[in-house]
Amino acid sequence: MKDTANPLQLELPGLKMKNPIMPASGCFAFGKEYGALYDLYMLGAIVLKAATREARFGNPTPRVAETPSGMLNAIGLQNPGVDAIIREELPRLSALNTPIIANIAGTTVEDYVATASRLSDTNIVSALELNISCPNVKEGGIQFGTDPRIAATLTEKVKTVSKVPVYVKLSPNVTDIVAMAKAVEAAGADGLSMINTLLGMRIDLKTMKPILANKTGGLSGPAIKPVAIRMIYEVSQAVTIPIIGMGGIQSADDVIEFMLAGASAVAIGTANFIDPLICPKIIETLPEKLAAYGVKHISELIGRSWKS
Amino acid sequence: MLVTLNREIAKQIYEMRLSGNLVEEIRAPGQFVHLQPGYHCGTLLRRPFSIASVDEAQRELTLIYRAEGAGTKKMAEIPVGADVDVLGPLGNGFPLDACKPSEKALLVGGGVGVAPLFELSKQLKRKGVKVTHVFGFSDKSVMYYEEAFRTLGPTYLATVDGSAGTKGFVTDLIQSIEPEYDAMFACGPMPMLRALETYAEDKPVYLSLEERMGCGIGACYACVLHTADDPDGASYRKVCTDGPVFKVGEVVLG
Repeated sequence: MKDTANPLQLELPGLKMKNPIMPASGCFAFGKEYGALYDLYMLGAIVLKAATREARFGNPTPRVAETPSGMLNAIGLQNPGVDAIIREELPRLSALNTPIIANIAGTTVEDYVATASRLSDTNIVSALELNISCPNVKEGGIQFGTDPRIAATLTEKVKTVSKVPVYVKLSPNVTDIVAMAKAVEAAGADGLSMINTLLGMRIDLKTMKPILANKTGGLSGPAIKPVAIRMIYEVSQAVTIPIIGMGGIQSADDVIEFMLAGASAVAIGTANFIDPLICPKIIETLPEKLAAYGVKHISELIGRSWKS
Repeated sequence: MLVTLNREIAKQIYEMRLSGNLVEEIRAPGQFVHLQPGYHCGTLLRRPFSIASVDEAQRELTLIYRAEGAGTKKMAEIPVGADVDVLGPLGNGFPLDACKPSEKALLVGGGVGVAPLFELSKQLKRKGVKVTHVFGFSDKSVMYYEEAFRTLGPTYLATVDGSAGTKGFVTDLIQSIEPEYDAMFACGPMPMLRALETYAEDKPVYLSLEERMGCGIGACYACVLHTADDPDGASYRKVCTDGPVFKVGEVVLG
């Protein structure tokens, strides 16, 4: 499988990737905006903004607030609904020849199953990512991501309808993320994505009220990177399924660090907002970084921080 | 872009001039740029600023900003000659064709929101439109560009504390001077824009909106507003790519 000519090429369940770099769900919409700036073909994969069964407007504004080395967001899973996504977004993406991962959110098990079934039937989507960890929706969402039994049941149900591999996106807002990871692995998950955002809040000193209309939001950006590294380091030793790592990555060095911790691929989120060309820049820089560290193929990095 | 000027022109109000190829892509007054004030632990994100004026010959654009938060305070310290990371021009500007030559435009601004109206006023005047300015500031110390606007057309000022011009708000001024106009263009704080919405019953009113942004290019859905015809539904406009200028009646002001 390894192509020695391309030291970045990787294969994960459902995903034949030119490199380990993909934009993270919710930070790239459905690719149109960034596709106007560069050729999306160069990406390892593309993770779409979360799809729900029905259209969602999301939360009132302000939806974002800056924090030291990070940002809070409470978008609230705004999306046009799974049918509109299939009709209006997927045809354009199918021509890219880059694996597409559809992120799915819901408030009930039935929602998830219906949305997963619709998307996996399209033949355009290479894998599903179950968002069981969005902190910004009041109903459901986070509950699926904090109780190992509920997460396992949901994973099982989605697996029964999905024709493509299922990655489960884990929340860091739990006491024991290893227990969550093991539960969804046992339930049939083909891979994990981690970490989603950390629940946070900022308060405006002038109004003396929370800045975000939703009051709380998800913390992302370099501020959460060490938390992500630690969690991936722990989980990757406890499961055998691959991990797509994310949380504050903004350079090729960060990618290498995530993979050393145990990630098999990575997703870039908030950094896209700071530099819209960050994904191609990292992809371009990675080969020389690997060479500098004496690494012949990127897969050699996976879990090397704990492998003897 | 290269910083060619960065100076305080009123209390905490700065004028920054930037030079670069980006200027050639500016299509309309009211467009904005997304500027990275300096990448450090306090300020991760870019900041959106309306373009206050454009000098095509010099390939320069001017921004007006208030040094108040962590990012803009850092911006105030950027020296001339520094290279600044600027994304843009972004968004859609004011529609110049809302006024025909010899028609009358009323430009209403508040605080730093006066800035994009400067380029708009210049371009409307160049087109032969008669321009009247009605601006509000909190007090005299934060006023700027007064003389420059007077060269373009009649300029009326209001301050909240009465330290310059009429005491009160721009809406008080509009009521007292009863200006004639064919279209209104406005930029400023949300309470001012909400008050101006009522004027749209007679004449078209275009508002430049501000909203906290993530990406500035339409991908993050941070700056989303409900549409006026579906105020509780899922239809929406993004301030960054559908705006920042909207005709009154298109969106629900946040």
